[in-house]
Amino acid sequence: MKQDLLNIDPKLSPTAVVLRVALIGGILVGAAALFAYARGWFTPRALTQDRVIDTFQKVNGVYSGFRRNHAKGVCFRGWFESNGNGVELSKAAVFPAGRIPVIGRFSLAGGQPYVADAPTAVRAMALQLQLPNGEEWRMAMIDLPVFPVQTMQQFAVQLEASIPDPATGKPDPAKMKAFVEANPDATRALGLIQSRAISSGFADDTYRSVNTFLFRDRQGRTIPVRWAMIPEQSFQPPPKDDPGKADANYLFDALIAAVRQGPQRWRLVVTIGEPGDPTNDASIPWPDDRRSVDVGTLVIDRIESEAESPARDMNFDPTILPEGIAVSDDPLLSARSAAYSVSFTRREGEPKKPSAITTAEVEK
Amino acid sequence: MAVMILAMLFIGVAMMASLADYHRLVAIHRPLGIAILILAVIRLINRRLTKLPPFPPTMSPPERVLASLSEKLLYALMIALPLVGWGMLSAGDYPVQMFGALHLPPILPAHPTLFAFLRGTHSVLAYLLFATILAHVGAVLFHTLVVRDRILNRMALWPVRKTSSTQTQPSSSHETE
Repeated sequence: MKQDLLNIDPKLSPTAVVLRVALIGGILVGAAALFAYARGWFTPRALTQDRVIDTFQKVNGVYSGFRRNHAKGVCFRGWFESNGNGVELSKAAVFPAGRIPVIGRFSLAGGQPYVADAPTAVRAMALQLQLPNGEEWRMAMIDLPVFPVQTMQQFAVQLEASIPDPATGKPDPAKMKAFVEANPDATRALGLIQSRAISSGFADDTYRSVNTFLFRDRQGRTIPVRWAMIPEQSFQPPPKDDPGKADANYLFDALIAAVRQGPQRWRLVVTIGEPGDPTNDASIPWPDDRRSVDVGTLVIDRIESEAESPARDMNFDPTILPEGIAVSDDPLLSARSAAYSVSFTRREGEPKKPSAITTAEVEK
Repeated sequence: MAVMILAMLFIGVAMMASLADYHRLVAIHRPLGIAILILAVIRLINRRLTKLPPFPPTMSPPERVLASLSEKLLYALMIALPLVGWGMLSAGDYPVQMFGALHLPPILPAHPTLFAFLRGTHSVLAYLLFATILAHVGAVLFHTLVVRDRILNRMALWPVRKTSSTQTQPSSSHETE
């Protein structure tokens, strides 16, 4: 008895077989197309996290193993001394009085890991707070009063305008002018950023969440908040003449020297938004008279090079939050999380090169 | 469970290309993956404990081999994908957040190249699972619509009357030729 491979029902006419096979093919192709559509393969012009990071690479070049933004940095250890004041604002396990271990990283904005330090470079502080119940609170803060734009789409256009022109090796000023003209809100934010007080270095700088988050208390009440790390070190103006010429790592070296002198401290101050304060636009500041609560002190007592610290291989995704803290409707938060993930995935798969701030530099 | 797995695959690819909904999709992706892992293990145990209905006579020996292999592949991927995802988050030094304060412990040490390898593997296995599901659905549709051997009865949760199904099978006459 010989068996057919396919055993087509002999009651079906050849036309019916063809139609039925075509139907099955249509279903399968349709499902595959839907899948490809979800992956974004039919919309190559849409802005995705991969394209954001590609743009960073076009602006800065590719530096194997380094973050695509905030590439130059140094890591640290310390703790957060919670004073208990945050308990009334959020049920997060970070706020009852006590000491919480912290690791983190100071960095300069931009994707070039060996760039010379400069007074106007945007500085950042990233933190991982290790809560007693095993949860984490990750933050990535910058020393600007507001973010320059509201959305990642605007950010990408601004970033594209700073891609160096192959002919001149410099960004085309006309593109940046066009961006500013098309985005009047960004002009206002850039005005606030340019008129900010610039401190001498990392230790006397204020770092802000910039984005809005939500705190939820035990009663289920939700409030919009922004926060800042305010230095206990007194504010000093930056050195007069360009100090980056004499020492390309002058900001980091000053930080290393300061921590060697003694632990450096910041107060974590949470500002509570009122109805009407924008929660979905990090480019607009909240009024100055909003209530602020000092919830504790960050103490940094040890600087470590990237080669030594687990913070090098950590994604400081600002949406990694403990229960009691949540993302708001600020569109930048999801977009940052998505873009950080692509940067992280790319750099973790690449060979690592020594950072500008080497272990020897940290220990000398 | 099929709905969960298909939803999971679509969430997985959609979040790779979504800036606006990335955070929300990842927050669903993690606990849904663990739920699938738990259900897949229960299902595997059940599969070991029960006997499958016999293959319909309309399936040729090579087709039967292919069907068994694809079933094994589906089980392997249903279990491997969430495990690789969990291991990948562990190697990337991410907290494995479920919901509320609930999170899972890491199952691997934090390590950059291990993370990169598992991250790549997670995508490859996901595409393989989607392709296997399509092949599986295609074969079942072919049997249902073209061979018309009521193969879906093998999936029925309730007892199916043997007589009506075998007698109307076109292939029984086919085989005796």
